[in-house]
Amino acid sequence: MTAEPSPQSPWQAATITRIEKRTPRVTSFWFRPSRPFAHLAGQHVDIRLTAPDGYQARRSYSIASAPETGGGVELAIERLDDGEVSPFFHDVAAVGDEIELRGPLGGHFIWEESDGGPILLVGGGSGVVPLMAMVRHRTLRNKAVPVALVFSARVWDEVIFRDELIGLDDRRDGFDLVLTLTREPARRPSDYSRRIDVRMMAQAVERLPKAPRLAYVCGSNAFVSAAADALIGAGVPAGLIRTERYGV
Amino acid sequence: MVTRGFFSGRRPPSDTDARIPPGQYLEQGFPVLSAGPTPRVRTEDWSFTLKQGPKPLKKWNWAEFNALPQSKMTRDIHCVTAWTKFNTPWQGVMIDDILADAGIEPPTAYTLALSFDGYSTNVPTKDLVTGKAMVALLYEGKPITPDHGGPARLLVPHLYFWKSAKWVNGLQFTERDEPGFWELRGYHMYGDPWREQRYSSDP
Repeated sequence: MTAEPSPQSPWQAATITRIEKRTPRVTSFWFRPSRPFAHLAGQHVDIRLTAPDGYQARRSYSIASAPETGGGVELAIERLDDGEVSPFFHDVAAVGDEIELRGPLGGHFIWEESDGGPILLVGGGSGVVPLMAMVRHRTLRNKAVPVALVFSARVWDEVIFRDELIGLDDRRDGFDLVLTLTREPARRPSDYSRRIDVRMMAQAVERLPKAPRLAYVCGSNAFVSAAADALIGAGVPAGLIRTERYGV
Repeated sequence: MVTRGFFSGRRPPSDTDARIPPGQYLEQGFPVLSAGPTPRVRTEDWSFTLKQGPKPLKKWNWAEFNALPQSKMTRDIHCVTAWTKFNTPWQGVMIDDILADAGIEPPTAYTLALSFDGYSTNVPTKDLVTGKAMVALLYEGKPITPDHGGPARLLVPHLYFWKSAKWVNGLQFTERDEPGFWELRGYHMYGDPWREQRYSSDP
């Protein structure tokens, strides 16, 4: 074997600079990496926690902040009661802590201005996080791209980024928000109170000025399967649908 | 770097430590991950083709393929998203037996696995032969469900599981090591879980 120069570790320390509760189960953490990086909307980072005995746990988290927001990244982390990393963030992590982070990662579930539009975003629960980065990127970068976001949550109080999303919707500048609550009545005239189905997806497509150039679906496996099938049922070609599944 | 306040974790039982590659955790379920919608491939539309570059070498339909000798493999599998699952039982046709039925030796050192949905992934040919890999048709004795890659998926259990292409419909022998779908999007060209070859920047 030839000796190679040891490459710089892809892992780096990032400092938690701010923590903000978003919903009863989701909290946003802002990280300032020691080596700042540029990311694309939709990308994720890997987080690695190390116990004193050397045991490590790693998980991937999507970036919620737009690429234009300098100085760090926002991760919105949902508390999974049987998890080992998310409870650490919710119960232990504090501003000033250093956490090991690697990224940005991912080259498929991303949207760049050059990809064009219109785009149709479909998120379930914390699956909205990478879609939020796309919505924010579009708001800061190119409002000419029409975007519809269909966001499914169980109840009104679990709609992550709710005030910000409704504020963007109220601008009527080509961003359309559709909320669907699966366990509560709808609160706004444009919203639904049922699981995503073909008719809802067909109506979301009609909200766009022309057929979507790309559709992005993110959430649990069951959610993504149902939503992607509903999009295909509504006439969106399978080849235009990009999915990201939590795995479970 | 030790993380302040991180102690417990979900440590695997110590007798299983040696079976869990670095950075992985033990998963009891069978998570589903894929880049797009789940294609529903009907077995009457299914086919499997061996190709050298663009040139087809041999093609099987579902009945012909199922008539090939079948083998069982029970293996631990490792997903790049950090879960490891023990003892997954598969049945299918070893790549060795596919080549034997075609009456060929592997013509090149590299292979691209191809799928019905346009997915592809590269695997060195030597990692597919000599009992290392199969085209799986059954999982736990039953037809593989569409979300896990049915009717047929590649099984290369010693590499990260994105190399085990779902909805596989062919193997294409290539002169060079050509990156597939995820390999063009930042993931490692080889993907050995024991060397933690997750991303293209990993050694």
